Amino acid sequence: MEPKTLFDKIWDSHVVDSIPDGPDVLYIDRHYIHEVTSPQAFSGLRKRGIPLFRPERTLATADHNIPTQHQELPIREKLSRIQVETLSENCKEFGVELYGLGHPHNGIVHVIGAELGFTQPGMTIVCGDSHTSTHGAFGSIAFGIGTSEVEMVFASQCVLQPKPKKMRINIDGKLGEAVTSKDIILYIISQISASGATGYFVEYAGSAIRSLSMEARMTICNMSIEMGARGGLIAPDETTFTYVKGREFAPKGQEWDKVLAKWKELKTDPDAVFDKELHFKAENIQPMITYGTNPGMGTAITGCIPKLEEIRESEQLSFKKALQYMGFEPGMPLEGHLVDYVFLGSCTNGRIEDIRAFASLVKGKKKAENITAWIVPGSRQVEKQAREEGLVEILEEAGFELRQPGCSACLAMNEDKVPAGKYSVSTSNRNFEGRQGPGARTLLASPLTAAAAAVTGKITNPADLM
Amino acid sequence: MTIDKFDILTSTCVPLPAENVDTDQIIPARFLKATSREGFGENLFRDWRYDKEGNPKKDFVLNNPKYSGKILVAGKNFGSGSSREHAAWAIFDYGFRVVVSSFFADIFKNNAMNNGLLPVQVSDTFLKTIFSEIEKDPAAQLEVDLEKQEIKILSTGEAETFAINPYKKLCFLNGYDDIDFLLSKKEKIQAFEQNRDS
Ligand code: SF4
Repeated sequence: MEPKTLFDKIWDSHVVDSIPDGPDVLYIDRHYIHEVTSPQAFSGLRKRGIPLFRPERTLATADHNIPTQHQELPIREKLSRIQVETLSENCKEFGVELYGLGHPHNGIVHVIGAELGFTQPGMTIVCGDSHTSTHGAFGSIAFGIGTSEVEMVFASQCVLQPKPKKMRINIDGKLGEAVTSKDIILYIISQISASGATGYFVEYAGSAIRSLSMEARMTICNMSIEMGARGGLIAPDETTFTYVKGREFAPKGQEWDKVLAKWKELKTDPDAVFDKELHFKAENIQPMITYGTNPGMGTAITGCIPKLEEIRESEQLSFKKALQYMGFEPGMPLEGHLVDYVFLGSCTNGRIEDIRAFASLVKGKKKAENITAWIVPGSRQVEKQAREEGLVEILEEAGFELRQPGCSACLAMNEDKVPAGKYSVSTSNRNFEGRQGPGARTLLASPLTAAAAAVTGKITNPADLM
Repeated sequence: MTIDKFDILTSTCVPLPAENVDTDQIIPARFLKATSREGFGENLFRDWRYDKEGNPKKDFVLNNPKYSGKILVAGKNFGSGSSREHAAWAIFDYGFRVVVSSFFADIFKNNAMNNGLLPVQVSDTFLKTIFSEIEKDPAAQLEVDLEKQEIKILSTGEAETFAINPYKKLCFLNGYDDIDFLLSKKEKIQAFEQNRDS
């Protein structure tokens, strides 16, 4: 048999039909939905007068457009309230399990899918949100879709997809001090640019990847989309199996043994060929931070913003525009630059390990006067665990408060908006113009770097505080 | 929802040479609160188009009376970032039927095609030529012929062919809808499910 990549194995086993010269009809195992990108798809079903084909494969949560304080009260803003209520009504009408506001399983769609064990190796997973790529960390094919495609999955449990090309990114070696998986992915994107993997599905491999925890792997796969990739995945191993075992939706008993045997087969064959292959050394990666308005505009925190002549001519215009927006000059160092806001959260870095990392760095120190900090857990379960582990006390002692779960300042649809012109060190995934509020200036970084900024009030290398 | 049929479109264009235009710029998140598909055009490129007080910014192309038309010509890597289909809805709702660029983000491309908005990918050189023609003459027209898969600058006759998936082309030419297609596959899908479980 011809050697195959892990991606091919999963994809091929989900093809229901192939249209000659057209896309494949791909069967979807798991469909996550939320309040923002689903209402028009539900309306579509209603208009056609058809039911939701496989409601048991669908899970809903309210996350994008909800407040992160006083969730027990009705949502104040009218349009947001209507959107969240519409989700409840739709889920009821079409028989979808909903973990709405206040439910112990509520949280950011990509955080809860993993922590409930609804996401499992070898699956195809979609959601009307580009960071669905997060679930690839389990060795599954997971990607974001638009609302028309959400309607397709509702109607038929399938999407029409052309098969993407395949890329493997290998990271070998040992990570240095204060270097996290967020730094790995920011480094890769800075090397290959925000469109460097467009048209590809990426497999991450190498010893540095293997050494990471599940949560750290999720951070990497999460940001695959930020280099244009359709998604990213990591072959499952003991780390994966141990993480999934015993979770709410994980198979139990004999069923577990059966799936485990199958999951162990989920790897790329030794001679399989990729359309593109890249290699990086973990030793070259330092704590990273972005300085511009796309995630590819990043540098080591100890480094400088590139000089104009270091930028390709065709990109100089965007580069200048980005720096103007950010209020930076070409060639300037970033360390020591004053910051106004710190955001710890999102489906990239809102999990318990991220809160632990943040807490470990701020422990015994104090929040800087000039900083407004939003610490937002990715889910109710993360919030609960942070309390049980005593992290909340550490945070409070240092002058920080843990809010309630949601997407929050990652996309600033709710009231958590960074004011115009203010600098925000953020653990989220996008530094686009206005992403955290109109005029907001976002610097993407790891939870450790966010913590370092939170206690010093400026851009600081976390390694200096450890 | 069926899409509008599309064969040949001849129109003036609106140039937007910026590269890496992401969907957060096309339609900022705070305008995603609606539960229907209509009306997003009003907030297309909201923060580039209006200042904080809601006054049109003179230097933004949509506010420049010199330019109008059904074709948006944009810089490289258009539509990156968020998967929000609202971006395609907003462009369509505003009145565009074609977006020309030298590179599109994947999800945006799918979303556009699912809504009858045709993404036409041209070479970097041809894109440059189009921009300079529009600069010379804002009334310059482009012709997009889907059957022939060709895009032409009418004043100079310069043309380039573009690629489109044959299945998607059929959908556009006939106004077909993917969901009807998938519903017609129901039996195959059920058979697939049974096979897998056994
Ligand atoms: S946290 Fe941000 S990226 Fe993640 S699902 Fe929410 S809005 Fe999307």
